[in-house]
Amino acid sequence: MTPPEGSTPTTPRTWRKPPFIANPLLRYGLLAVLVVYLVWAFGSLPFNWARISEGLPRAARIFGGGFPPSFERFDLLLTGFTESLQIAILATLLGVALSIPFAVMAARNVAPLPIYLFGRAVIIISRSFHPVIVAILFVAAVGFGPLAGILTLTLYSIGFVGKLLAEEIEEIDWGQVEAMRATGAGYLAILFYAVFPQILPRQVGLSMYQLDSNLRASAVVGIVGAGGIGGTLMNAFGRYDYDFAFAILLIIIAVILVSEGISGWVRKKIW
Amino acid sequence: MVDHANALADRVWRRYDRRERLTRYAVLLVTLMVVVWALRDIDIFWPWVWDAPNQISSLGARMWPPDPSGLGQILTAMVETVHIATLATLLTIFIALPVSYIAAQNTTPNRACLWLGRFILVSSRSVNTIIWALLFVAIFGPGVLAGILAIMFRSIGFIGKLMGEAIEEIDRRPVEAMEATGASKLKVIAYAVVPQVMPAFFAIVILRWDINIRESTVLGLVGAGGIGVLLQGAIDTFAWPTVATILIAIVALVLLGEAITWLLRRKVM
Amino acid sequence: MLEISKLVKRYGHDEPVLQGLDLVVEDNCVVSIVGASGAGKSTMLRCINRLVEPTSGSIRLNGMELVKLRGSALRKARRKIGMVFQGFNLIDRLTVMENVLAGRLGYVSLFQAVTRRYPPEDIERAFTLMERVGIAHYANKRADELSGGERQRVGVVRALMQEPEVLLADEPTASLDPRTSEQIMMLLQSLASELSLPVLINIHNVAQAKTYTERIVGLRHGKMIFDGAPADFNKDALDAIYGGIEAPDDAITDAPAQAEERQRHDAS
Repeated sequence: MTPPEGSTPTTPRTWRKPPFIANPLLRYGLLAVLVVYLVWAFGSLPFNWARISEGLPRAARIFGGGFPPSFERFDLLLTGFTESLQIAILATLLGVALSIPFAVMAARNVAPLPIYLFGRAVIIISRSFHPVIVAILFVAAVGFGPLAGILTLTLYSIGFVGKLLAEEIEEIDWGQVEAMRATGAGYLAILFYAVFPQILPRQVGLSMYQLDSNLRASAVVGIVGAGGIGGTLMNAFGRYDYDFAFAILLIIIAVILVSEGISGWVRKKIW
Repeated sequence: MVDHANALADRVWRRYDRRERLTRYAVLLVTLMVVVWALRDIDIFWPWVWDAPNQISSLGARMWPPDPSGLGQILTAMVETVHIATLATLLTIFIALPVSYIAAQNTTPNRACLWLGRFILVSSRSVNTIIWALLFVAIFGPGVLAGILAIMFRSIGFIGKLMGEAIEEIDRRPVEAMEATGASKLKVIAYAVVPQVMPAFFAIVILRWDINIRESTVLGLVGAGGIGVLLQGAIDTFAWPTVATILIAIVALVLLGEAITWLLRRKVM
Repeated sequence: MLEISKLVKRYGHDEPVLQGLDLVVEDNCVVSIVGASGAGKSTMLRCINRLVEPTSGSIRLNGMELVKLRGSALRKARRKIGMVFQGFNLIDRLTVMENVLAGRLGYVSLFQAVTRRYPPEDIERAFTLMERVGIAHYANKRADELSGGERQRVGVVRALMQEPEVLLADEPTASLDPRTSEQIMMLLQSLASELSLPVLINIHNVAQAKTYTERIVGLRHGKMIFDGAPADFNKDALDAIYGGIEAPDDAITDAPAQAEERQRHDAS
């Protein structure tokens, strides 16, 4: 079988794949930048090779000491988890409730400009800080314990739920608002009858999601002293109780999987 | 007549029918009970709660004005933080891609690989970065290596899971066409899978880099390098004005990261 | 020459989709396979290149048994069977040239495939074939920038790049508008005679089948119930194939409308 006889070739008979970035200067420039960056980054980072080289025997010792995980101090474990759960529940409730006014403030279509800027600023700042940093500050302000954890995760929830909710409010069907205005309703009445019903399903889904992610976060804010299982884990690590630490880790993983499953199931039911 | 009476009786307006109302009340009741239980049982010293606003504002007052004297040191630590996030994200790619490949239903070689892949993804995702950091600090000692590894181990699950989903969502038809040409499995992947998941890949990596910038700011609190080390030091020495400077620097870094992410995403899409 | 005998395909424990099909196609012959949706046309075509695994029976291409092949032997056999798809099945984000060269994937090494360093003969052949069907000027355009007819031409060229010994076309015109689908049918017809290649075309549009092919095979419920020249394909044959399933006229007149709808669906 031979290719069909075509007319005399008019196209150049070689072909290369057109490069991903057409401009060769930019192409090789980017490559050079990448190489220089990698050299710089690896070169400038302070690796303590002497200490790192001890890593493998240490890892062996940690994992050797960690297996089998010990569930002897189950009471301590249970107390820690109960506290984490309580922190997550209270923070979610507070956070979700507070996120509504902040979301209204941060939605351009229902808030006047100065209030909008304020609402946005609160949301941006609470989203910029990792919950662990916020937790340290609250621990410094109100002392060790679950109160700092609740405050931290409340702020965290306001940032996350508030942002998504504000975006939701900005996308509502404006016709319903106009219809309510036409009946002579006031600002609050419009909010309750024309805005909230439109964002409610989303809000319920977000709350479930937030409960799940607060539960995850509550396991870590304890590491800096804000209550919950994280503190127990930190102590176990500090005291080289690796078998207890691994037991805690296993339970954390199990709880997170279960909570993710439940939250996913509920959200599916609602939507 | 009877019908008419019934119709009148039915005309009582209710927002929800009986079943809906019962479910709503039940959900409300359970929520209420859980909250009451949490409130009563939790180990909180209530007078502290009423005092909290005072304490927080007094802490705020102690922080003001921010102290710029350690700015040079802070900037160096910031660069270190960015390096940790960037290097960890880059290194993660090499591990996450094979894992996502075996954890995707339609490309996995066999069931054992599928479950191995899923196990890796789940364990990576369920353990928070800072807990990973705790573990690696215990193994490799305090320092940036522990930080990079911690970020990597958490990111594998994130990138792997999303890439796995992207692979599962590809259009089957080009795959079929490539198989029909007699191409081997690897060639089918190179031609029919890789081009289809490319946009998702860039979007996911950029998204994770943004998240990693935030995460790497706290690694130092457990000794795993970056700006967190300075923050912990300043808090331990009650140098609140320096803490304020560091916090402002972190906000600036995160906003910068978000801006870069936004730019990159617009370029890629 | 393609010889199919006693071909059976059964999905799970359902009624078999193909119930002992026998078919012989000589070289240099364009056969159209007509039948209602679900008659087993597509399954039959996919059994030939083993995209679908036959339950039993035999398929021989130029004397080689295809049904028993495994692994690399199967891939070697697939190289010799070109296929054109209803939805074109192009890789949208790659260029037209890369899509065309993908037809050579069975021949080149993995390194050549990944780096796109194909042998010059392949490039030459690609340009020649693309000129033949009038898409050479699109070589470096992305496949998804082309119109439906142009995309199907890419699909045809990709199949021909395999230097096939038989060409399978699974509803090649169903996603195209009427005028373009006529052009594609004409193209398949003339390529078959130029390359002296047996071509099997699944087709819904009986009018086109009669115009552009030399032999019509009618399937119903996985059995062959018509085999003959287009001239012999009369109202009775049409009723036998489509009767009681859908209005036979629809098969002719409605096809373009359906096609457009499907195309819109593809585009979205």
